[in-house]
Amino acid sequence: MYKTKTGEEIFIIDGHVHLWDASPENIKNIHGKQFIDCFFGYHTALSPPEQLWSAEKFAKYGVEQMEKDLFIDGPDDMAIMNPTYLKDFYKNGFNTIEQNAVLKKRNPDRIILNGAFDPRDGEGGIEALHAQSELYNIKGVKLYTAEWKGNSRGYKLSDPEAYKYFEVCEKLGIKNVHVHKGPTIIPLDRDAFDVADIDHCATDFPNLNFIVEHCGLPRLDDFCWIAVQESNVFGGLAVVLPFIHSRPGYFAKVMSELLFWLGEDKILFGSDYGIWTPRWLVEKFMAFELPDELVKETGKQLTLDIKKKILGGNAARIYGVDIEAQKAKLRRPEMAMA
Amino acid sequence: MTLTSQARTEEVRAALGRVTDPELDESVVELNFITGICVTGADVAVTFRLPTYWCAANFSYLMASDMRDAVAALPWVEKVSVILDDHMFVDAINDGVAGQKDFADAFPAEAGMDLPSIRLNFGLKSFERRQEALLRHMLAEGHEPDIILQLTTDGLTRLNLNEEGQKLRARYLERRLLAGNPPAAFVGRDGKEIVPETLTAYLRNVRRVGLNAEFNGALCRGLLAARYGEAPAALPAEPELIDFLRMAPAPAHRM
Repeated sequence: MYKTKTGEEIFIIDGHVHLWDASPENIKNIHGKQFIDCFFGYHTALSPPEQLWSAEKFAKYGVEQMEKDLFIDGPDDMAIMNPTYLKDFYKNGFNTIEQNAVLKKRNPDRIILNGAFDPRDGEGGIEALHAQSELYNIKGVKLYTAEWKGNSRGYKLSDPEAYKYFEVCEKLGIKNVHVHKGPTIIPLDRDAFDVADIDHCATDFPNLNFIVEHCGLPRLDDFCWIAVQESNVFGGLAVVLPFIHSRPGYFAKVMSELLFWLGEDKILFGSDYGIWTPRWLVEKFMAFELPDELVKETGKQLTLDIKKKILGGNAARIYGVDIEAQKAKLRRPEMAMA
Repeated sequence: MTLTSQARTEEVRAALGRVTDPELDESVVELNFITGICVTGADVAVTFRLPTYWCAANFSYLMASDMRDAVAALPWVEKVSVILDDHMFVDAINDGVAGQKDFADAFPAEAGMDLPSIRLNFGLKSFERRQEALLRHMLAEGHEPDIILQLTTDGLTRLNLNEEGQKLRARYLERRLLAGNPPAAFVGRDGKEIVPETLTAYLRNVRRVGLNAEFNGALCRGLLAARYGEAPAALPAEPELIDFLRMAPAPAHRM
């Protein structure tokens, strides 16, 4: 919970967090090493100096550290856990639903556990998706279109194989599809982080929500254009938000564009923990104001109400979370402890 | 180092300075990608690096082959080698570029690659970004929209602009032909004319392209610096669009 100076409580749903294991024991090959090094580069490049971790801590921080950073020291009330398997790089996977389920078990009311699928897994993958739904009652999935699999270097959401999975999602009530469309890593000729495929599946599956993580950052221009035409396309602020510290001027411009093209109801906060911790991000975001010049130019403001939507209201809506009921639920154990 | 080889090194650096990262539309020299230029007589060896191990192979390949061609175009150069270091595809890229192979030959497993169309797509983004900067500059300097949009390319070339404007114009004209060759100086990426009534909406549209490149440029500088433990390279001298926006006339129409 974040409390404003006037005492108003703001319910925070962190839309994008990870619990990964990139310890030396789990790294399979040079790619696994370079992958975590690249994440660490993001952490180093965009964090305030006092928030920097050591490379060792960054590689594997563990469940308790995560609970502390999110829910005790941090302002998160709930967090959406998105798995990233990367089994070609890491022996037990980088960040699997099984790993995440440990955190869910310890914090059942705070964690929204998402699953994952890969359309290249065929029928077996469809069965696995059913199993995830049964076991964890998932309401969302995270897709990583650039993930390597054998000789394949990625897939598109508009591939017919992907459509079979979306049909299953609709049937099982898995409404939220988080798609990693982020900084250009690993795409080869297919340019697997291109955002055009979102356009097709968002039109063809109007009952699903497509949350484009990192707002397709290297293709922000293409993304805005697609999102404005599709009412079920959302933008996740992970990676975009940390610019609030290092380049607040750029951040203001990007935020204005997102407010202008996507609108205030379709932007979701995400810390991308453990790359960044939510506390400083939320504090800076709450204190942030768009420059007058930009407000005049776009006609879009970033008011307290809009911040509340971005920090939790929008995610609550698409995940069916009743914020007031949830607040009451979360208050109970704290009172018991007191 | 003899004076000649020093002078030649500078010539090579200047040639490389005109090679851009297609996604960022900035010089590979300014981005701090070049790690070494070695001139031995008429032989030139260039080494370079990128912000991450994962930087897209197609963009990396484009840059490496553009570097090779830019250096080879110097009249005294007989042999060029361009070597990328610390990247997941060092061998395929270095061998491919040395052997003058097409990208598809260097990466046979990745069928369907079309490097020219990627080059054109990002060339057009660069066209839009440079055009927007020039248009906003001219509007801020008091040029009337309908007069600007009636200019031919020749007319634009002859127009009296201040130093800043001349720089922006030169950068824009480098990309102008990518959008076809109608006489008008300012056209959309499809070669169609821009009319004064929709200019504001048009500028708002293309603004995302520049913003995107600026954002990526800042990210790539940060990642490169973090990877190699250095201070990030300075941002380009070109003024930020925000500076123009403050001066631009208030939009009459919004999409």
